[in-house]
Amino acid sequence: MNNKIRKTNLIIVAVLLLIGSFLQAAYAADLIKTDGSSTVYPITEAVSEEFQAQDRKTKVTVGISGTGGGFKKFCRGETDLSNASRPIKAEEIKLCSENGIEFIEIAVAYDGLAIMVNQKNNWASKITVEELKKIWEPAAQGKIMRWNQIRQGWPNKEIHLFGPGVDSGTFDYFTEAIVGKAQASRGDFTASEDDNVLVQGIITDPFALGYFGLAYYEENKDRLKLVALDAGNGPIMPSSQTVEDATYYLARPIFIYVSQKSLKKPEVVRFVQFYLNEGPALASEVGYIPLPKSIQGLVSKRFNKRVTGSVYKGEGAAGKSFGSLLQESGK
Amino acid sequence: MSRAASLTPQQREQLFFWQRGANRLFIVSACTALFVALATLVILVADILIDGLPRFSLDFLTHYPSRKPQQAGILSALVGTLYMITLTALLAFPLGVGAAIHLEEFAKKNRFSKIIEINIANLAGVPSIVYGLLGLELFVRRLHFDRSLLAGSMTMALLILPIIIMASREALRAVPRSIREGSYALGASRWQTVYHQVIPLALPGILTGTILALSRAIGEAAPLMMIGALTYVAFLPDSLFAPFTVLPIQIFNWVSRPQQAFSVNAAAGIIVLLVILISMNAVAISLRNKFQKKRNW
Repeated sequence: MNNKIRKTNLIIVAVLLLIGSFLQAAYAADLIKTDGSSTVYPITEAVSEEFQAQDRKTKVTVGISGTGGGFKKFCRGETDLSNASRPIKAEEIKLCSENGIEFIEIAVAYDGLAIMVNQKNNWASKITVEELKKIWEPAAQGKIMRWNQIRQGWPNKEIHLFGPGVDSGTFDYFTEAIVGKAQASRGDFTASEDDNVLVQGIITDPFALGYFGLAYYEENKDRLKLVALDAGNGPIMPSSQTVEDATYYLARPIFIYVSQKSLKKPEVVRFVQFYLNEGPALASEVGYIPLPKSIQGLVSKRFNKRVTGSVYKGEGAAGKSFGSLLQESGK
Repeated sequence: MSRAASLTPQQREQLFFWQRGANRLFIVSACTALFVALATLVILVADILIDGLPRFSLDFLTHYPSRKPQQAGILSALVGTLYMITLTALLAFPLGVGAAIHLEEFAKKNRFSKIIEINIANLAGVPSIVYGLLGLELFVRRLHFDRSLLAGSMTMALLILPIIIMASREALRAVPRSIREGSYALGASRWQTVYHQVIPLALPGILTGTILALSRAIGEAAPLMMIGALTYVAFLPDSLFAPFTVLPIQIFNWVSRPQQAFSVNAAAGIIVLLVILISMNAVAISLRNKFQKKRNW
């Protein structure tokens, strides 16, 4: 009998605990949820870290589900802010508007994509966009397999390709910029969502070629060889200089998208303001290239006026000047 | 034997020669297999210890993740893992053991229970990511638990339920029939028999199975990634509905960072994960030994 009473007590306590936590959840309102691209993650993480150090009441969480995965959650209203390494796509804009989610697009930094080969590779020091297209386009699958098929004089050796996984915004951007159509790529290459796997692959394979974010090159400088890219104006090496002034072809802005609805919460406004102020310094600290001051100003102005929508109108970022798009939309 | 007896001494000698040879070959290959398995483990653990131990300190355990690798710690992931595993155990243990007791001791052995049995065995083999999808749709979206400790624990509980049920049934089945019959003969009811005789005897097996299942849940990242457990969480969960992160996710994140210093953090994180796993297995073994001493049949 006693045993039974004890058990009932336990159940009551458990139920009370459950109710208690419900109530607590209702109080825990100062929570900012962010998710999305792994490329933008380090910046948002750094901003969150600093923000929480000075605003101790607010909690920020950062997830990684890829640019596309992040937008899926964002457009269902499940997150306040989405990290994206490419502009939002037309179908994502549609999904958002179906759910009544309006958003403000905020560019936070520039990122360059580096074309990388093994250090033993003494033939490829520059490459043209056409040659890259020849390597990566879907028609190349099973056909372009050797270095000398790309350019005469390069060795008659098998080429081994490394690139980011197909869910990443980097893959979307690269295929659009090089092949001409987002997601159009050959499939027979070593793909990994983890860029360090690509780095390791290229370091150990003398006949490798791959692409990934400049930040990963910077950390492995002495073990990788950078290839200059020629988009018609001569070969150009990616650097903070050439990425910032967009003379390097594979330079792209990366973004955060914040939901208009979430901006009703004062802590989200504070967070985005903090992001705009401290973001550039933190971005360069974690390996990205801050936007030029003039563009930073335009981005801030856009946010302060709460201008919603994307300057890319659902299209990709390849081959467009972000600065002039911003200026145009500001008029 | 009779075949060997009908052979001439010479033939017998030859047959024994081959049998001895085969015997030796088997022992050698078994030893090689054991050695390869152990050597891999030793190399892996040694590699991680070499990489991670210098980074391992109290600060590492008590700090939140950070963009600066030297200041980053695993506090939120460690606490998240401990909370999640406790909650998962609270959810999965009673359900799993209850289901096992019902299936083994009370359910009629008919076609229906057979189907359930097969289904449970199948569920144990379903890839964990599928449980993640189920958790995402059911707990995160339908029940609006969001990406919370509760949703994560419930998903994990679902994942390990089939394993617990199967292990518990095995343990119950191992209790000799004679003990049940003895209990009935003394006038005990079915429930009394199960409660006072069968369960205590099966408990070591049940506990071992449960703890091993929980150890699996600790190392799983895929289903939690699916339901969207978070990577950067710089606070501790203060309710069942708070967001959280766990060790495998934090480790995975550190491994994929460009800076070399983060992979050292990952190694240190793996050490923490290993320590938790080893201590859980140690608990499982000591529980088994403790209860095993009590039973004498």
